[in-house]
Amino acid sequence: METIVNSRIKQVLKGDQNAYGEIVELYKDKIFQLCYRMLGNRHEAEDVAQEAFIRAYINIQSFKQGKKFSSWIYRIATNLCIDRIRKKKPDYFLDAEVPGTEGLTMYSQIASDSVMPEDKLVRLELQETVQKEISKLPEKYRAVIVLKYMEELSLNEISEILDIPLGTVKTRIHRGRETLRQQLRNL
Amino acid sequence: MSCPEKYTAYMHDYLDEDISEQRALELSEHIQSCGTCEEHFKELKRTIALVQGTAHIKAPEGFTEDIMAKLPKEKRKVELNRWFKNHPFLSAASLFFLLMAGSLFSNWNQEEQFSYSKQPNILVENDTVIVPEGEVVKGDILVRNGKVQIEGEVQGDVTVINGEISGEKYLAAAGKVTGEISEVNEIFDWIWYHIKTTVKNTFNMNEDEERSLQ
Ligand SMILES: [Zn+2]
Repeated sequence: METIVNSRIKQVLKGDQNAYGEIVELYKDKIFQLCYRMLGNRHEAEDVAQEAFIRAYINIQSFKQGKKFSSWIYRIATNLCIDRIRKKKPDYFLDAEVPGTEGLTMYSQIASDSVMPEDKLVRLELQETVQKEISKLPEKYRAVIVLKYMEELSLNEISEILDIPLGTVKTRIHRGRETLRQQLRNL
Repeated sequence: MSCPEKYTAYMHDYLDEDISEQRALELSEHIQSCGTCEEHFKELKRTIALVQGTAHIKAPEGFTEDIMAKLPKEKRKVELNRWFKNHPFLSAASLFFLLMAGSLFSNWNQEEQFSYSKQPNILVENDTVIVPEGEVVKGDILVRNGKVQIEGEVQGDVTVINGEISGEKYLAAAGKVTGEISEVNEIFDWIWYHIKTTVKNTFNMNEDEERSLQ
């Protein structure tokens, strides 16, 4: 996949915008998921994920050939998410609401829309709770947990994306796991 | 409650698959004899399973299109290159026209004598083709190296190559041309004129009769 991406990047560097569309297609789900798990809100996730791709396009000259594009775009997106979280009030995103649907969280929206088997509802509720607990983590722990367990990246990749030493990645993952364990133990 | 801290650290190292065999063995021996650590380890593994178990979500509809619409405009040259790539027939045609333009250039300089399309009711005075008042010419008029004076009506195109259409200024008052009026006096007009007629002839197959005076 990296070979395809590198040849598309060469086209983009020559000014071919359409080639960039193919790159976006390849990574859009991963980047959107990262933003959603970091921000806990679809609208904000879409906003930030789009901004990440647009920034990557504008700064494509500074992308070093031979490096992994995925790490680069993950890094841009993660930094944008962290910036966004820091700008918000710390408790705002805990009960993330979709604008115009006051009082409804993602879970209750899905649940009210359709009749579902009991176990599916329970599963959705559980996922909602987990997402909420992830959203409560301090952003530096949140980033490593999301990158490791939702994006399924290796610790080395995470160290490259966040530009921090491998040892720091491990410490943050340990703390993140411990915090989540305490929150989720009674489920 | 008095378990050494190191066992928690070993648990995390184990979960990161970054533990020596000897420590892994030490950990497993301890867990077998310590309920607190056993529970702790179980909870950690369950936490990971819960986090991993959240459904994978996809980017919303139209995500890529939205981004593409927001990107700054690309360079014109690339747009043209892609157009040629996507329209191979038309680019071949363009190339053909360019090559033809080369041979036309010599034609442009060679054909210096006065010539015109022979239409019935027209008058010729020296190098001027006249459409007299009250006359109706049905068809196109093409004049090379001469002038056209239109006082009557032309139901077709009037083209003058290397000359002028002198009746043009009072067309509104007296003369009338239903088709296009064009004066071709520059090499690019000349090329353009040929491209247009080639396209017209190719697609309409209506050759207009052009005869030389000589
Ligand atoms: Zn113990």
